Amino acid sequence: MQKVFSRPEKMRIYYTRIMYEMEALGLNSIGLTAIISIFIGAAVTLQMAISLESPFIPKYMIGYATREVMILEFSSTVVALILAGKVGSNIASEIGTMRITEQIDALEIMGVNSASYLILPKIVATVFFFPFLAIFSMLIGIAGGYMISVTTGIMNPSEYIDGLQYCFYMSEISYALVKMVFFAFIVTSISAYCGYYAKGNSLEVGKASTQAVVTSSIVIMICNLILTQLLRT
Amino acid sequence: MIKAQNIIKSFDGRTILKDISVEFSSGQTNLIIGRSGSGKTVLLKCLVGLHEVDEGAIYYDDICFSTLDFKTRKAIRKKVGMIFQGGALLDASTVAENVKLPLDLFTDQSEEEKMERVNLCLKRVNLDNAHHLYPSELSGGMVKRAAIARAIVMNPEYLFCDEPNSGLDPQTSIVIDKLISDITKEYNITTIINTHDMNSVMEIGEKIVFIYEGNKWWEGTKNDILHADNRELNDFVFASAMAKRAKGIL
Repeated sequence: MQKVFSRPEKMRIYYTRIMYEMEALGLNSIGLTAIISIFIGAAVTLQMAISLESPFIPKYMIGYATREVMILEFSSTVVALILAGKVGSNIASEIGTMRITEQIDALEIMGVNSASYLILPKIVATVFFFPFLAIFSMLIGIAGGYMISVTTGIMNPSEYIDGLQYCFYMSEISYALVKMVFFAFIVTSISAYCGYYAKGNSLEVGKASTQAVVTSSIVIMICNLILTQLLRT
Repeated sequence: MIKAQNIIKSFDGRTILKDISVEFSSGQTNLIIGRSGSGKTVLLKCLVGLHEVDEGAIYYDDICFSTLDFKTRKAIRKKVGMIFQGGALLDASTVAENVKLPLDLFTDQSEEEKMERVNLCLKRVNLDNAHHLYPSELSGGMVKRAAIARAIVMNPEYLFCDEPNSGLDPQTSIVIDKLISDITKEYNITTIINTHDMNSVMEIGEKIVFIYEGNKWWEGTKNDILHADNRELNDFVFASAMAKRAKGIL
């Protein structure tokens, strides 16, 4: 970790690499995040509409519950788990392949701090970009809920919007974004570690990739509990 | 000059290099030969600092390289070029970007100056038209030549080559050997080549070190090797039927 965060050789090169990683790891994850968020937002709204069917519970509570689920847990924790699968395996296999094909050795021979050159731009890119994906997921998920309420007629869309505005605190967004920053760091650093220390052949790269996803997912779940306790109480 | 002094290297309790002392002069092509698994790649990686030696010392001219820390080694590493067995070009970068990388990271040259140097190096290895190709689009020989261009772009004082001819046809092997040999003379580099290609030995081997079961078994020139009175060396050198016939002629 100390090697990763040591002073970069040339800031301009690192800046270029950060931009490249933002596109590779962040922008390229927008599609997946959008598809999953819109369907989950719609499904949550449907589930809430079915479960909260009672004359004592106002309809706007469906919109409220959808918003809470999307902001507090889905857009940060579940999206981070999905990204652990997509981005985490990508990072581990990319760096693992570089390790077994001696590309990392070649960087070391040149005098490049390979850990910093390969891993730091990925960490910076994901820590910066993943919170935007979380915001994007919140918006798309809530929009999914709105669309399902309009298309199926399970509730009046204006009630859904009332629910979205009910007891809304900006701190909930901040909480989700703080969690996402932690999760971005966890996914990238664990995956990069697994890839960087891969040994042997392509089988080992596959194992490193699987290990990266499994370990990141478990650590995300544990951190989610800790952060929820720390930030919400 | 590069000197290894009594180096010992073990992995998991198995000693791979057993007290090896050897000296490689500058301006000549030094070859390390030996059977697969004899320890020559480990020796090369110890010399270049990719493996730490358990005992002994490695000197680059008068500097004891093996005792230096990461930061101090960095200064020496900028004078080192290495050609890996598989080329080890960065997959995500084009040939020109691969060659330019050390210049980007360690020099303050303008973009024009860097491109001029890249062009010069690529021209030197006859890869004038491969600037925008990715490693996956290159043939085996082109990968090796691009790796040579990257290795020499910083004007190295020391050049290491790990089996530069592996996987190449005999004609391309001769081209690569000649290129390395010419560059060694041209820039007065200390070149160390790890190989088991006897053709390379006879073409460019000025100093040859034979490694057998982790020991330095023999050293000499390409002229000495054909007349050496050393059973293990002779078994290695005259392993092929063609070599045996050649010895018969001699």
